[in-house]
Order: sequence, then structure tokens, then C-alpha cells
Amino acid sequence: MTPAAWHAAEVAARDAYGRLLARLAWRWRDVAAAEDALAAALEAALTAWPRDGVPAAPQAWLARVAERRLLDAARHARVAAHPDTQWMLSQEREEAAMDRRLSLLLVCAHPAIDAQLHAALMLQTVLGLDSARIAPAFLATPEAMKRRLSRAKEKIRQARIPFELPGEEALPERLSAVLEAIYAAFSIDNDAAGQSLADEAIFLAELVSLHLPAEPEPLGLLALMLHVQARRAARLTLGFTPLAQQDTALWDRAMARQADALLARAAGAGRPGPFQLEAAIQSAHASRAVTGQTPWEQILGLYAVLNAHWPTLGTLVAACAAALEAGRLDQAMAEWAPLASLPEAQGYQPLWAVGGFIARAAGDRAAAASRLERAAGMAQDAAQASFLRGAI
Amino acid sequence: MQYTLLFHGPNMPADHVPSAEEQAQMQRVWGEYMTALNAAGIVRGGQALMPVHTGSTVRLRDGKRHVQDGPMADSKESLGGFVVIDVPDLDVALDWAARSPSSLHGSTEVRPVWENPLA
Repeated sequence: MTPAAWHAAEVAARDAYGRLLARLAWRWRDVAAAEDALAAALEAALTAWPRDGVPAAPQAWLARVAERRLLDAARHARVAAHPDTQWMLSQEREEAAMDRRLSLLLVCAHPAIDAQLHAALMLQTVLGLDSARIAPAFLATPEAMKRRLSRAKEKIRQARIPFELPGEEALPERLSAVLEAIYAAFSIDNDAAGQSLADEAIFLAELVSLHLPAEPEPLGLLALMLHVQARRAARLTLGFTPLAQQDTALWDRAMARQADALLARAAGAGRPGPFQLEAAIQSAHASRAVTGQTPWEQILGLYAVLNAHWPTLGTLVAACAAALEAGRLDQAMAEWAPLASLPEAQGYQPLWAVGGFIARAAGDRAAAASRLERAAGMAQDAAQASFLRGAI
Repeated sequence: MQYTLLFHGPNMPADHVPSAEEQAQMQRVWGEYMTALNAAGIVRGGQALMPVHTGSTVRLRDGKRHVQDGPMADSKESLGGFVVIDVPDLDVALDWAARSPSSLHGSTEVRPVWENPLA
């Protein structure tokens, strides 16, 4: 198979798995039982299909076998289960059965589930990734990850977290938890593990946008991730290269254009949000490929809006860096100082890196050296650490 | 589905005597909350508890009984009461918890009630 064909097959399989699992979990209100039943159905397919040939509607075949398993299990366990049995009888409705993956994503990112687990749960349930694949990204052992995920699924069932889509007033907050988890999965820098979850995260964001086409934030997130992804090659080539010094020839221009088109569509809704603004900042960085210059003043303005409404430690520190690059040293110093005294900032590596460059620009060599050394000590990899030490 | 709402309030110093106003205010907000719960027809049980300093904690270690004055451990909050409610799902239970006066200054824990599958 060619890489493209392989990729297409992978996407199709992932799509089918998530659809089936979401539908089964939605009907039975039980993610773990749905996973078991679907795994059994897939196993049955491996025996039956080579023997009898692939059925005309493979997904429906799998759904029926999994459904039967769930019914058997429910009878066997004498647990009260209330599936919509009418659904079983009606082929047409089976064909028309709605895609329940958005519901499943919202359940995975429910506020009653530990936010640290949202992304891992989504990757497992909607994309079918196993614990061994997910665990390294979250710095956990496969066993620990498996245990935590099965606990979470137990809670979904036992505490009866609803699978119904939340009402209009609750949707924005619930949706933002989903988007944040997707972005967390995307941002995991697991170059060390040799595996990135970026493609999976992009797939999930596409899924959300598909279901909620009128919502601008999923599009914003998608645009943000595509912009970052478009620069992947440039980031990974010569050790660690900061964005503003990357060789733009290595950027994927087509992907950046696609990101800008998505962002423009999002902006059409007239409802700005944090992901749209982050995407706009990335879009401004990407414009260097065309103009040859990074528009730091524009970036600073975008950070000002972002931090006025949705400040996070990460965006506040990034704004200091942008101020420094824009030649506003006083502003950078004034905004950086209060951040450095926050308790949660003490272990936040980018804060010390940015603080080091600010001190260097201000001619304070001693502070620059100590902050950059502190940042280097917390660096994710050797390349980044040596970049920071090299700046001392 | 039944959930227990556990109302935790901030611990007050043992010598703290609430003013008449404070007492009236407490009675009013809890009265309103309980009225709303009862009007919804979802309450299956519950009790309010006497203050934490009236409690005793018992442990059996090596067959010997240890009785301690007060609650199990020093904490900033203590259980002041609970209700059992019957609602369709967790989101509804969380909505009721959010309305509880205890959520404003203390916290409200929501725990599903164990249902014996063989019962």
C-alpha cells in the first residue's frame, strides 16, 4: 500500500471505530461495556470475514454483533439496561442513526471527570487508541493509564453522566473543555517518544467542527493547530529553532493557507474566542513567509485582546516575549515582573526563558544568566537546553 | 437514579457564637433551598447534623476502643447534613448541588447511591 492509501485506510478505520463506539456507548450509557462488545465484534469479524467474505455493510454487521453481545451481557448480569429496542428492529433507522461522537466527546470532557484525563479518554474511546499508545504522551505507565481510564469509564456509568447534548446555555463551557482537551493532546511534545498525537487531535477538532458548523471556536482551534503543524518540519530540523528564526522555506504554505481559510470562516460568526485569537497570532507569524518580517506590533495587539478576556500564564508570558520582540523593553519588564512572583510560575519553563532574554536585552547579565540557566534546567529536551545555555 | 448531596460547611472556632442575624440568614437560605427541593418532589431522605464539636469519633485498634472528641481529622470543612435525591442524571444532581447554600462558602459533594443489582 502507498503511504497515502495507508493513511486513507487508517482514517477510515478510525472513523468507523469511533462512530460505532459512540453509538453503542450512547445507547447503553456505558463506555466500557461498549468497548468490550466492539472488541469482541471485531474479533468475530476476523474469523468470519475471511471465511464468509466481507459483508456488504461491514459497519452494520459489526454494530449488530456488538449489540447482541451487549444484550447478552445485560441479561447475564441481570443489570437493568434500557436500550432502545425499536432501533434494533429498524434497518432504516440503523442506516440513519446519527453520529454520536460529539456526545461521547462531551461526556469524556465532562466537568465531573478529572481534566487531566479528558484528552486520554477521547483518544481511547473516539479513536480506539490503546492505553499503551496513549500512556507515554501523558507520562504514565500503560498499566496506570489503563487503570485511570477504566476508573473514569466506571464513573461515567455509575454516576450516570448524561449522554444527551447539553442545552444551549451550558454548551459553550462544555465545548470549551472538549477543545482544551484536544489542544492538550496536540501540544504534547513527545518527540522523545517518537510519536505525536497531532494528527489525532486534528481529526477530533475536524469532527467537532463538522457537528457544530456554526460554532467558531472549533474552527479557530483547527486553524491554530494547522498553523503549528505547518511549521513542524522547520521546528524539528536543526535542533531547537525559535519560531521567529525558522527557515520559512520549510513551512508548509498550503497548510497555512488552509488554516487561514478556516480562521476567516470562524471570524465570519462575529464571536471571537481564545482559540480564534491564538490562531490569528499564529497566522501573523506565518505571514513572515510572504513579507519576510514578523509583525510584532500586530501580534502584541492580539495578545492584548486575548489576555484582556482569556488570560492564561502561557499567553501572559508569550505577550511579554512579543513586547520584547516589538522593541518595547519597558513594557516587557513591567509585565514580566508580577508573573515571576506567582506560585504557579515557579516551575513554568517559558517564563524563565523569556525572563532571561528580557534581562539580557536590559543589560542585566547576572539576571539573564541565572534565569536562562533555570529555564535550561527545566527544558524538555537537550536541543532546547543547549539553545538556552547558548544564549547566556 | 439516587444521589446523596453531602453539605460541607467551613469549620468555625469552637467558641464562635453566631449572631442573631447570622442565624436568621442561615435559616432563611436553607429554608428556601429545602422548600425548593421538596417542591420538586425529588427528596428521598436526609438529615441536618448538630455542630461538629458535639461529635465523637470511635476507632477499634487491637481490640481496644479509642474515643476521640470531635471529628475524625482536622480539616477546614465538616459535614453539616445531607439529602438523598432522585433525579435523572448527574447533570441534574450537580445543578441541585450548585444551588445549595453550602456551595457558596463550603462545598457540596455529590455521590451516587449504591444500588444493589441483586436487590
